[in-house]
Amino acid sequence: MSQTQTNAAGGRLSGRLMQVYTWGIIFWLMLPIFVIIAFGFNNTKGKFNYTWQGFTLHWYRHLFDIPDLTSALLNSLSIAAIVTIVAGILGTGMGFALGRWKFRGTVLTELTLFANIAAPEITLATALLSLFITVNLARGYWTIVIAQVMFDIAYVAVTVRARMSGYDVHLEEASRDLGAGGLTTFRLITLPLLLPGIVAGCLLAFALSIDDFVITQFNAGQTLTFPLWVFGATRLGVPPQVNVMGTLIFVGGVLIAIASVLLSRRRI
Amino acid sequence: MATDPTISNLRLGRRDLFRYAGMGAGIATLAACGVSGEGKTQPTGTALKKQTTSFWDGKKKTGEVNWAQWPLYIDVGKSKGDHPSIDQFTAKTGIKVHYNEVIQDDDTFFAKVQPSLSAGQYSGYDVAVITNGIDFTRFLELDLFVPLEHSLMPNFEKYAGATYKTAAYDPGNVYSVPWQSGITGIAYNTKKVQKPLTSFFDLWDPALKGKVGMFADNEDLPNPMLVAMFGDPAKTGPTQWKAAAKKLNQQRTSGIVRKYYQQDYINALSTGDVWACQAWSGDIFQALESGATDLAFAIPSEGGVLWTDNMVLLKNIKNPVSSMMLIDWFYQPKIAAEVAEYVNYITPVPAAKPIVARDAAAASGSNKKTLQQIATSPLVFPTAADYSKLYRYRTLTNSELTTWNEIFEPVYQS
Amino acid sequence: MIGRLRSAGAPYFAILPGGLWLAIFFVLPLFVMVSLSVQTGNLITGFQQTFHFANYSHVLSTYNKQLVRSLEYGAIATVLCVVLAYPMAYWIAFFGGRNKSTYLFLVLLPFFVTFVLRTVAWQFLLGDQGLVLGWLKSAGIVGQNFHVLATGAAVIAGLVYNYLPFMLLPIYVSLERIDPNLLEAAGDLYATRRQTFLRIVFPLTIPGIFAGVLLTFVPVVSDYVNASILGGTGQTMIGNIIQTLYLTNSDYPNASALSIVLMAILMIGIFVYARALGTRDLLDAAAG
Repeated sequence: MSQTQTNAAGGRLSGRLMQVYTWGIIFWLMLPIFVIIAFGFNNTKGKFNYTWQGFTLHWYRHLFDIPDLTSALLNSLSIAAIVTIVAGILGTGMGFALGRWKFRGTVLTELTLFANIAAPEITLATALLSLFITVNLARGYWTIVIAQVMFDIAYVAVTVRARMSGYDVHLEEASRDLGAGGLTTFRLITLPLLLPGIVAGCLLAFALSIDDFVITQFNAGQTLTFPLWVFGATRLGVPPQVNVMGTLIFVGGVLIAIASVLLSRRRI
Repeated sequence: MATDPTISNLRLGRRDLFRYAGMGAGIATLAACGVSGEGKTQPTGTALKKQTTSFWDGKKKTGEVNWAQWPLYIDVGKSKGDHPSIDQFTAKTGIKVHYNEVIQDDDTFFAKVQPSLSAGQYSGYDVAVITNGIDFTRFLELDLFVPLEHSLMPNFEKYAGATYKTAAYDPGNVYSVPWQSGITGIAYNTKKVQKPLTSFFDLWDPALKGKVGMFADNEDLPNPMLVAMFGDPAKTGPTQWKAAAKKLNQQRTSGIVRKYYQQDYINALSTGDVWACQAWSGDIFQALESGATDLAFAIPSEGGVLWTDNMVLLKNIKNPVSSMMLIDWFYQPKIAAEVAEYVNYITPVPAAKPIVARDAAAASGSNKKTLQQIATSPLVFPTAADYSKLYRYRTLTNSELTTWNEIFEPVYQS
Repeated sequence: MIGRLRSAGAPYFAILPGGLWLAIFFVLPLFVMVSLSVQTGNLITGFQQTFHFANYSHVLSTYNKQLVRSLEYGAIATVLCVVLAYPMAYWIAFFGGRNKSTYLFLVLLPFFVTFVLRTVAWQFLLGDQGLVLGWLKSAGIVGQNFHVLATGAAVIAGLVYNYLPFMLLPIYVSLERIDPNLLEAAGDLYATRRQTFLRIVFPLTIPGIFAGVLLTFVPVVSDYVNASILGGTGQTMIGNIIQTLYLTNSDYPNASALSIVLMAILMIGIFVYARALGTRDLLDAAAG
C-alpha cells in the first residue's frame, strides 16, 4: 500500500473515533438543555422548580401568562435582529476594507478592533454607562442596541476579515476585463465570496446579542431582556414558562438544522 | 523573523498610539467634569414641611401609575400576569397601574435610577419598593424621594401596625410606608442536623463542616453577626465590626462555609448541598409549598434581623396623587390579606390576620392547610414578644459606609 | 463606494460608519473612564478630579489575589478549550462533508437558550446528590462528602462549557481552509499521518488557535457569573469585584481603575503572546 493509502486506512479509524468524540461533545453541550426541557413539564405547585412533582402540559398552554416575561422575550428578539443587521453592515464594511486595501488608517483601525475584543465586557459596559450618564442619555431600549452594536462590530469585522485572507483580487480584475461594472463585480463576485464570512459573522452577532447579559445589565435602564428577566427571577423562583420558552427556542433551532440538512441533500 | 512586518507595524502603531494618547489625555481632562458631585442634603423640620406642602399643593389625580417592584411579590390570579388586588384598585378608582417587576436588588436598582433622578429626569417609575438599608439611606442623602402626603393615606393611619410608624430609618413615615417585612434568620435541614438549630453560633458547628451557607451581602451577613455578638447593631461601632468580621472570617477559614449565597440558597438547602444556612422567613414557606421537605426556619436565640421593603415615591414623579391612592389601597385589611396569602412575608397590617383565618376556615383541601399555616405563623404575623427579639440593620452614614465595606466585604469576596 | 472599488477613498467610506460608531461608543467612553479612575470622592459628596493615581496601587494591592486567580482560571480554561475543541474542529472540517454547517449550528444551538438557564441547569446536574454524583456515591465510586459544586473545578468546567464555541469556530475556520491536496501530497511524499499533522496541518492552524485564545481568554478572565453560580468561598473572580465596586459600592474611581488594570493586563498579555508566536500581522492572526 502506498503511504497515501495507509494514511487513508488509518484515517478512517481515527476518523470514526473523532466522530464519536464530536458527538460526545455535542451531547455534553446539550446536557443542560435536556434538563431545561424536562423541567418545562414539571407540575410544580409553588414558586420553585427544583424537585420533580409530576408531568403536565399546563405551562405550554399558559405560555404567555406573564406579560413582563413575554415582552422581555420580544425585546430580546427584536434587539437581536436590529443589532445583527446594523453590526453586520458596519462590521462587514470594516472587515472588507481591512482585507482589501492597505491604507493609512489600517493600524489604528486594527488596534481599535483588537482593543474592543480584548477589553473585558464589564469594562465596555461600565465605560459606556459613564458616557450615557455624562450626556444625560436615558437608558432604555435604544441604549441596549447602541451598546450591543458596539460590542458586536468587532466580531463581525474580524470574521469577515478572516474570510478576506483567501480573497483573490485578480478575480475582480478579471471580472472587470470581462466588462462588468463596479456594482456588478461587487454583487456577483465579491459578495458571494464573502458571504460565508458575513453569514458566520452575523450568526455570531445574533448569538452574542440574544444572550448578552453584562453589557445589557449596565445599559438597559428599565427595559428588560430575556436574560435579565430570568436572572432576576432566579431569586424568587424561575417560572416554568421560562423553561418552555427555552425549549421552544431550542426546538426551533433543531428544526432549522434538520431543514438545512434536507435542503443540502436535495441539491444533489 | 528577520524582517518581521509586525515589529515595524507595531512600532508605527506605538508612535500613533502615543499621539492618540496625548489627544486622549486632553479629552480626558475635559471629561474630568464627567460624573460631578450630587452633594445635596435632605431638608428637615420646617424646611421639610414647607417643601412638602408646596410640592403637593394643587396636585390632582391622574389616570395611571408606574410601579417598580420585586418579582413575585404580590398576589397572583388565574394567570401569572394577573394581580387581583391591583385589578380591584383599577376597578374602584379608574387608575391604570403599570406593574413592573424590575427590581432584582436594591443596589442595582439604585444604580439604574439614581443618574436620571439626580439629573432632574423622570426615572420611569412613580412608586418603587426599597429595602431599609444602605441604598435607602443613599436615596435619602441625595434627596431623591418625594415626601408623602399623609392626608392622602387614611388607611395607613388607621390600620398599620404601631411598630411600622416609628421605625428608626424613617420615623413618622415621612418618605416611606412598608410593603412587606421579613426576618433574616437561620434555616436547616431537619433530617441532616443532629438537633434543631437554635443559636446563631450553631452555624459554626464543626459537625456542619462544608455544609453551611451564609449570605454574600454587606447587610444580611454582618448585621445578624452583630446581633448575635452585641445585640442592637445601632449601638455598635468599628471596633465591634472588626470583631464580628474576625469571627466570620474564622468560619470560612476553618472550612465550615461552603459558599456565600446571593439569593439562591434555598435551592442548595432543598437539594441537600448545604444543611444549614442564613435564610429569609418567607422563602421557607414557599419552598415547602414547592415540594421541598424537611426544612425548618428559626429566629436565632440571640435575636434576628427584621428588614422592611418600603413603598416610596421617586423624585420627578409624574402621578403623585394616584400613587398615594395606590399605596394607601394596600393598607385595607382585606387587600392586605389577599397579598399576605400569596407572598407569605410579614404584612404591616395586623388586622389582616383574622381575615386570613376566616379564609382558611372557608377553604378546603391543601389550600385550607396552607392558609391555616399562614394565619397562625409567627413568621407572617409576629407577636409583640417576637418583635422584641428583632433588630434593624445598622443605619450607616456615608463615611461609615466606606469603613463598613472595607471590613466586611473581604469576608465573602476573598 | 461600490462603483469605485479602485478609488483611493473607498476604504475610508467602508470604514467610516463602523469606525465612527466605535469612536463614539467605545473609544470616547474609555477616555471618560480613564479620567474617572483618578478621581476621588463618593456618590453623595461627588467625585472630583484629583489625579489620584494611588487608586491604581490601592486596587492592585487589595485585589491581587482575585486578579491572579482569574488569570489562572483563564489560562486553565483556555488550554482545556483548545484541547477539547481541536479534535472536534478537525473532524468537522475534514470529515464533515456536506453537513459541516449543520454540525457547527448544532454546536451553537445550546447557546440560543440563555446562559443563565444553562448554568443553573449545571448547578442542578452537579448537585451533591444530583443526577451525576447521586449514583456515583451510591455505587461507592466517590466518597459521601465529595462535591463538585463550590469548587474551582466546577467554575472552570462552567467556563469551558460556556466558551468552547469561541475556541471551536476560529480553529475550524483555519482547518477548513487547508487544501486537501496538501494532505494528499504529503502522503505521496511518504509522510505518515502524524507527520502530516504535525508538520503541515498544525502549523497552518496556529493563527486559528491564536484567534480562539484571544476570543476565549479575555471573556473567561473577566467572567463572574460562573463563579457566582458554581463557585464556593475561594473562587471569587475579578469580575465579581468590579461588579461590587460599581453596583454595590458606587465606588466609580476604584471600579474604573480596576477595570483598566484588567484590560491593560489582558492586552499586554496578548501582545506578548502574539510576538512569541511570530505572527505576521496582529489582526491578520486574530482573523485566522
